[in-house]
Amino acid sequence: MYDFAYHKPSSIADAVKLLTDDPDAKPVSGGMTLLPALKHRLNQPTALVDLSGIAELRDVRREGDALVIGAMVRHYEVATDPQIMAAIPALARMASTIGDTQVRNRGTIGGSIANNDPAADYPAAALALGATIVTDRRSIPADDFFLGMFTTALEPGELVTAISFPIPEKAGYAKLRNPASRYSMTGVFVARGPKGVGVGVNGAGPCAFRQAEMEAALAANWSVEAVAGVKQAPDDLNSDIHGSAEYRANLVTVMAKRAVADAG
Amino acid sequence: MPNVTLTVNGKTHAVEVEGRTLLVEVLREKLRLTGTHVGCDTSQCGACVVHIGGDSVKSCTILAVQADGAEVTTIEGLAAADGTLHPMQEAFREHHALQCGFCTPGMVMSAIDLVKKHPDGLSEQEIREGLEGNICRCTGYHNIVKAIAAAADVMQGRATEVARAAE
Repeated sequence: MYDFAYHKPSSIADAVKLLTDDPDAKPVSGGMTLLPALKHRLNQPTALVDLSGIAELRDVRREGDALVIGAMVRHYEVATDPQIMAAIPALARMASTIGDTQVRNRGTIGGSIANNDPAADYPAAALALGATIVTDRRSIPADDFFLGMFTTALEPGELVTAISFPIPEKAGYAKLRNPASRYSMTGVFVARGPKGVGVGVNGAGPCAFRQAEMEAALAANWSVEAVAGVKQAPDDLNSDIHGSAEYRANLVTVMAKRAVADAG
Repeated sequence: MPNVTLTVNGKTHAVEVEGRTLLVEVLREKLRLTGTHVGCDTSQCGACVVHIGGDSVKSCTILAVQADGAEVTTIEGLAAADGTLHPMQEAFREHHALQCGFCTPGMVMSAIDLVKKHPDGLSEQEIREGLEGNICRCTGYHNIVKAIAAAADVMQGRATEVARAAE
């Protein structure tokens, strides 16, 4: 790992200033992705701006019909927070399947959202639930946030501060984990709520995406049978040693069926 | 270079580190607490697990500066001053939950956090899933699982001493 300066600001404004003044500085939340990347010298920041000293990023609160989860809330906390478990139990269950216990004890929802790993769990949930990504300067609908592999709508120096999830009537999640890495080969999050039906898919493509045909099928008839007949086209899906695009396309339907069953 | 203050096993240390210094490097190389092992150095194997504020964390994937001010417990901090083993250590010994022993410090630290996070007890399945972040290449895990179940009974008051292993 190359060396870097280290800052631990106590306010969002100070963090944004540090990141804006030095375009080669990087924010670090739990560091579960960033530190391995630094070890491999895939990344060479001049400074790390540690967000763990900013208390307001740890809030979980109800705001009208939405649940707002601070960016620095750890996966373990998402999995066990009574407010989250009551409002969006599928989100809490999903968080309990991220990585391993030690990763969940450090990794954060904001870090995962900002990193936008194709196999990350949260982006599919954010898309399906119609979430809004709140930053230090604006609110971005999830549909406009996840742009491509490890690419988001965030501007240089822009920080995710919270994710606002409309509380659904029902939601469910299912994924097939790679047997070795345990990352999602394909995962599907389904939700029915105030914004209608959402189906978010991770792991299958270079970026999480919504499955519009399944959304229409579930809007007409919320049932396992409704998605069973919807086939995902393999075009543009990931193909690697773990599985072909056709395999992943089939998994989208299989995981969607399981997710609907999970939602009940 | 940054200075960090760490309370490790109840003792406070002030150490000078680089920004990039890992917590495990401070523990092993500066404080000479070599019970915490480095296996993979890629946050997969769990040999380096320590507790920070009671939570199990892979010390190869946290910077020393990120742990500034933290309460850290390592495998050396578990036994009582008179040498009496922690119930988890006792259970690993009784149930022969190790062969080469390399993964054991991390296994024990993860297992204690696992038991703590299931205050109402835990099933064999929950123990096996809870060990997802720790890799053992000798035992096949069976005796580790038995040891954790036996230690959980003591830690949670269902037994007064670690159950004996079957003959």
